[in-house]
Amino acid sequence: MSSHVSNHAKNSTHWMSRLLVMPSVSMLLLWMIIPLAMTLYFSTIQYNLLYPEDNAFVGFENYSYFIEDPGFWPGISNTLILVGSVLLITVVLGTLISVLVNTPFWGQGIVRILLISPFFIMPTVNALVWKNLLLHPVSGVFAHVWRFFGAEPVDWFAQYPLFSIIMIVSWQWLPFAILLLMTALQSLDQEQQEAARLDGAGIWSIFYHLTLPHLARPITVVIMIETIFLLSLFAEIFTTTGGGPGYETTNLAYLIYDQALLQYDVGMASAGGVVAVVLANIAAFFLIRAVGKSLTDHK
Amino acid sequence: MANLKITQLRKAYGDVEILKGIDLDINDHEFVVFVGPSGCGKSTLLRTIAGLEDVNSGHIYLDEHEITELAPAKRDLAMVFQSYALYPHMTVRKNMSFALDLAGVDKHSIDEKVKAAADILELTLLLDRKPKDLSGGQRQRVAIGRSIVRNPKIFLFDEPLSNLDAALRVQMRLELARLHRDLRATMIYVTHDQVEAMTLADKVVVLNQGQIEQVGAPIELYERPKNMFVAGFLGMPRMSFLDAKVKDVHSQSVDIELNNGTSLSLPIATQNLKSQSHVTLGIRPEHINLCEKESGDMQVTFDVAEHLGSDTYCYAKTHSGESLTIRENSETNVSAGESLGVRINTAKCHLFDQQGNAVGYAVDTEQ
Repeated sequence: MSSHVSNHAKNSTHWMSRLLVMPSVSMLLLWMIIPLAMTLYFSTIQYNLLYPEDNAFVGFENYSYFIEDPGFWPGISNTLILVGSVLLITVVLGTLISVLVNTPFWGQGIVRILLISPFFIMPTVNALVWKNLLLHPVSGVFAHVWRFFGAEPVDWFAQYPLFSIIMIVSWQWLPFAILLLMTALQSLDQEQQEAARLDGAGIWSIFYHLTLPHLARPITVVIMIETIFLLSLFAEIFTTTGGGPGYETTNLAYLIYDQALLQYDVGMASAGGVVAVVLANIAAFFLIRAVGKSLTDHK
Repeated sequence: MANLKITQLRKAYGDVEILKGIDLDINDHEFVVFVGPSGCGKSTLLRTIAGLEDVNSGHIYLDEHEITELAPAKRDLAMVFQSYALYPHMTVRKNMSFALDLAGVDKHSIDEKVKAAADILELTLLLDRKPKDLSGGQRQRVAIGRSIVRNPKIFLFDEPLSNLDAALRVQMRLELARLHRDLRATMIYVTHDQVEAMTLADKVVVLNQGQIEQVGAPIELYERPKNMFVAGFLGMPRMSFLDAKVKDVHSQSVDIELNNGTSLSLPIATQNLKSQSHVTLGIRPEHINLCEKESGDMQVTFDVAEHLGSDTYCYAKTHSGESLTIRENSETNVSAGESLGVRINTAKCHLFDQQGNAVGYAVDTEQ
C-alpha cells in the first residue's frame, strides 16, 4: 500500500517536473527549429526579392549555385585563414602577455585593465577606429610612423586586406585570451615553481614544464569560444573592406549577406546559411572532442 | 660533508622584521628541527637557507663556502614542501628525474637513481602514475624521492606531515626517522608540532618572534628549558606556572612562598636570586601527584578531567585562582568542584625570574 502511494507520488512529481520544464524546453525548441526549418525551406525554393511572385520548388539548385558561386571557395578559405590566424595570434600573444603581467610590478592593476579594455569596444567602433585613425594611408597613425622613417605609407586595406582584418580582429580578441589565461595563472601553485627552481629549472623550463601544461585547459576554452564567434565574423569586414577587393576578405558570413541583401536572393542565401551551419557543426564536433578530451585528461 | 653555518641572519618584509639576527650551526648527519608557534619565522629561516627568500643581512655558509647569494639550484640542497609541490602533469618517474634531466645527467644513471630511490620509498609500482592518482602518503613519499635522487648535501622539510591524517603522520614520522638513519643525511625540518620535534630531532631549535630561544637535544630542552617560553612550548599538556616570592636562598636550595601561602623548598643552586624577589614556579603535569586532602603540599579544586585511556589530565585551580595541570594514571577519578591535596616533586621544579629566564636547575638533574 505504502509503496503504491509512494510510487504514485513519484510518478506525479515526475510528471509535474516535466510539465514545469515544458515551457522553457518548447520555447528553446521553437527558437531553434522554426528558423532552421524556414531556412531549409527557403533554401529549396526559388525566392528572389526582385521577383517575389515566383516561388517554385527548385530542389538543390540553390545549393549548386551557391557552391558554384565564384565567392564560395575564397569564402571558405578566407574563413579558415581568418579563424586560424586570429586563434594563433591571440593564444600565443595572450599566453606570453599574461605570463609577463603575472609577476608583480608597479602599476600592475592599471596595465591589466588596459590590456582587457579593447574587449569592451564594439566591433564596428573598433573597425572604424582602425580604418580611419590607425591604418588610413593618408591620416592614419601608421602612415605617420612610416613617413617619419622616410618610408612610403602602406595602403593597408588595398595591399594587405586580409592581414588588416586579422590584425583588427586579433586586437579585439586578444583581451579575451589574456583575461582567461591571466585568471588561470593565478591558480598556478607557487610551491611547484619553487620546487622547480630548486630542481634547477630556469625561466623557460618552468614556463615549458609547469606553466604551459597548467594553461592547456584554459587555452582550449579560449580556442573553442573564439572559434564559435570568429566563424561568424561580420561587422569588422562590413565596416572596413566590404568583402573586397574582389573576394579577398569575403568570408562565409559575408558571402551569405552578400547573396541575401545585395543580390536579393533569399533562396541562395538560405542555402549558404545551411552550408555554414554544416561547417560550424563539423568544426564544433572536432573542437568539442578535443576540448572534452583535455577537460577530462587533467583532474 | 654538510656543515651549515648561519651568522647574524636578518630578514624583513618592509618594516616587519621576520628574522632578527639568527646564529646557528648545523653539523654533518644531524637531524635539526626548527619549532615554534606560527609566525615565529621558522619557515622563513628554512626558505632563506634554500635560497627561495633573499636575506637583508647576514651570511650562510655550507662547508666554508658562502651560499647567501647563490641561486637555489646551485646550493646542493633539496626541499620537501608542505603541499608536496609535485608536478601535476608528470608521472612519478618524471617528477623524480626532473632535476637530473635538467642537469643533463645521462639516461642510464638517471634510471638507476630513480629506481634506487623508488626502492627505498616503496614507490616502484607507482612510477608510471600521475600525482593525482596517489594518496596523500604516497605523494609525500614521491616528494621525498624527488629529493633523494639529487643526493643533496642537506634535506629541507617544510612541515611535510601537516597535510596527513593522524595515523599516517605517525607512520611517516617513523619512516623519516628510518630514512635519516639509512641515508646518514643532514636534515633540517620545520614543524609546529612538538611531538615531531621531540621524536625526530638530534637538535631542536626553538624559535619565537624571529629569534632563537634555545638550541639543544630534545630531552635537554625538555628538562632544562632556558626560559618560560621554551618551558611552556614543549610539553603536552603545558607546564603550569605559579607566581611565587623568594623567602630565603641557601647554597643548595631556594625557599619560596606561593600566592596561596604554600611554602616550598626547591633543591636549586643559584646565586642570582634575592630574598623577597618575585619569581615564577614551573611544574610539569607529570611532576604533581594527587594525595589525601590533608597530607599534600597544598590543596586544589578540580575543574575538568580528561580521560585519555592511558592517562588522565586533571585541570585544577589553586586557592589563589591559578591554574594547575596534573597528569595522573587512568584509574584516577575526580569530579568537578572536588577539593584534594597535591604533592609537588620539588626536585623537578623549574624557577624563572621576572624576565622569564630560568634561574638555575634542580641539583639532582644536573648530574
